[in-house]
Amino acid sequence: MALLTPTLTLPLLKGEGGGRGWEKEMFGQLIVSGLAVGACYALLAIAMVIIYKTSEVLNFAQGEMAMVSTYVAFSLLESYHVPFEWVVVLTFLFAILLGMFFEIVFLRQAKDPTVIGLIIITLGFEMVLMGFAGWKWGPDQRSFPFPVSNVETYNISGLLISKINFWTILITLVLMFILFLFFRYTKLGIAMRATQQNQLAARVMGIRTKWILSFTWAISSMVGAVAGMLIASLGVLDPPMMMDPLLKGFASGVLGGMTSLPGTAVGGAMLGIIENLFGGYISLSFKSVVAFAIIVLMLCIKPSGLLAKHYVKKV
Amino acid sequence: MDIKRDYYEDIELFKSNTILVWSILFLIFLGILPFLVMKYHLLGMSLYIVNLITIHALVAIGLNILVGYTGQISMGHAGFFALGAFTTVILILRWSFPLWIALPIAGFVSSGFGFILGLPALRLKGPYLAIATLGFGMTITTIIKHMEFFGGRMGLQAPKLYLFGTPMKDIHYYYVIMITAILMTIGAVKLIKTRVGRAFIAIRDSDIAAEAMGVNLTYYKTLAFAVSAFYAGVAGGLYAFILGFINPESFHLIMSITFLAMVVVGGLGSIMGSIAGAALMTFLDIKLQAIQDIPAIGPALVTFSQKYMSIAGISNVAVIVYGLIMILIVLFEPLGIFGFWIRTKRYWKTWPF
Repeated sequence: MALLTPTLTLPLLKGEGGGRGWEKEMFGQLIVSGLAVGACYALLAIAMVIIYKTSEVLNFAQGEMAMVSTYVAFSLLESYHVPFEWVVVLTFLFAILLGMFFEIVFLRQAKDPTVIGLIIITLGFEMVLMGFAGWKWGPDQRSFPFPVSNVETYNISGLLISKINFWTILITLVLMFILFLFFRYTKLGIAMRATQQNQLAARVMGIRTKWILSFTWAISSMVGAVAGMLIASLGVLDPPMMMDPLLKGFASGVLGGMTSLPGTAVGGAMLGIIENLFGGYISLSFKSVVAFAIIVLMLCIKPSGLLAKHYVKKV
Repeated sequence: MDIKRDYYEDIELFKSNTILVWSILFLIFLGILPFLVMKYHLLGMSLYIVNLITIHALVAIGLNILVGYTGQISMGHAGFFALGAFTTVILILRWSFPLWIALPIAGFVSSGFGFILGLPALRLKGPYLAIATLGFGMTITTIIKHMEFFGGRMGLQAPKLYLFGTPMKDIHYYYVIMITAILMTIGAVKLIKTRVGRAFIAIRDSDIAAEAMGVNLTYYKTLAFAVSAFYAGVAGGLYAFILGFINPESFHLIMSITFLAMVVVGGLGSIMGSIAGAALMTFLDIKLQAIQDIPAIGPALVTFSQKYMSIAGISNVAVIVYGLIMILIVLFEPLGIFGFWIRTKRYWKTWPF
């Protein structure tokens, strides 16, 4: 069980040249690459928040579910040479099945579980998935063949954005917009929100809450899979790759508010940028401490998060 | 004879002479255990495994005080464990403290950090607390890894210890570890029975009710964290010596989860359960790491791996089994081994009815 926790390797522009122009440029680069990583954190956090809102389960297996989905995509691409569009579709299908499988086979069987019990179940599932990935694909680090190059750059009015960062941000924004439309306008999305607000009332209204829970897991797992693929293409693909992003996802959730989807998105972006600026200007080796510091600070100052309504439990 | 007439009867360690006799027999058994193990190698046991089990049992007892008795979750116990290990080694290496002073200091350093972590815990419930402690566990190893004082990424070599001029071997460490473990187990059993322990249990059952009854939540919640971290710290100090080498990479998140798994498998809210859980999980872990050597299952798995999986990652089967055990225990036997033991006892008490 010798597992390393790698940090995301980012195409950071560490300068040889000096000068004021370069300083300004570096600031822009740090913001953009931070935004790209932050987008991934935000997606992962959104996946967790979707579940947390519906079933009060904090899904510690989210990262590993995403990792296994990414490995499936990797296998399809490398071993079976499926075209990328079909890989995406098949991976989504796999992620949906994985999420529903976990909900139906494990979580649904728990009879009036405690918070600790639920956490243990997701942790157990995390270990199962981690072990499975290590067994099936071995401990080697691989690079995920994303169809966008991570060397080439776009030049947008003097600011160099690597193609992969650009597409990461774009994909995330599009996905968030789709999620927004889904929760706002489709029947299923509205049923999900109803279940989130009050399960009993939703069931009285004729919503099949059990199936809604499974669908929630399916959607969350799918969003997670996107995050996994993006994170793998920004960094490397190996079994413990999601350990660090998982903590960052939680940090984004806490920063923006664990009960608010837009809050989480903002939190993820903020975390990515803050972390990258910290790494660029203060200390690169202590970069991963930032997430923890933010968690503790937020929980001490405003536990409900920046954008969520405060909620007090009544006795 | 289950009626307790006064308080001192309740906190008594040995309830009856039968228990006293059995306890003494058990102590004698522990005393000669290393010789038995070295002679017979039952189930492929070695002194190293016995030592590891004892150390894990210590951590599990500490974690059970926090999770099982006080109802607070911690996913950062590998962090406390690491703190204890590094403090002990540095105290002995840099300032040549003797072990019996360095160990308690390591425990107190850990419990100091536990106290600090306990402060935000006052405001946090379940999931949030899990996040905060998870962050703590992952951050502390990052900090250790990047500081030269702690040996950086390379880690530290545990110093050789001498007993009356001869270098200590596994068997000497066994006695050191076992005596520490016995003392701390008795300490835990006593702690739970006293005022402090009952306050912990009251907080677990309902912290609002406990506060209304006059339990000082701030004091007892941070105290639970501190005590729990103390156990992990002392255990970490001992761990450094049986491993001989400590490296920040080895105190990762999975280790924290393993500790939690031991507590859950053993039974939440049971000291003896923690010991049983630690023994079972450590033993399973070590055996499953080398799963290809197990007769019958091993070769079959190897061929299966060659066909469908990767042979390099076959030790990951241990992780899968671990995860499945955690899930199944929560689903089917929430009280763990302890619950199983209670049911068996009840069954035999009324047998054959």
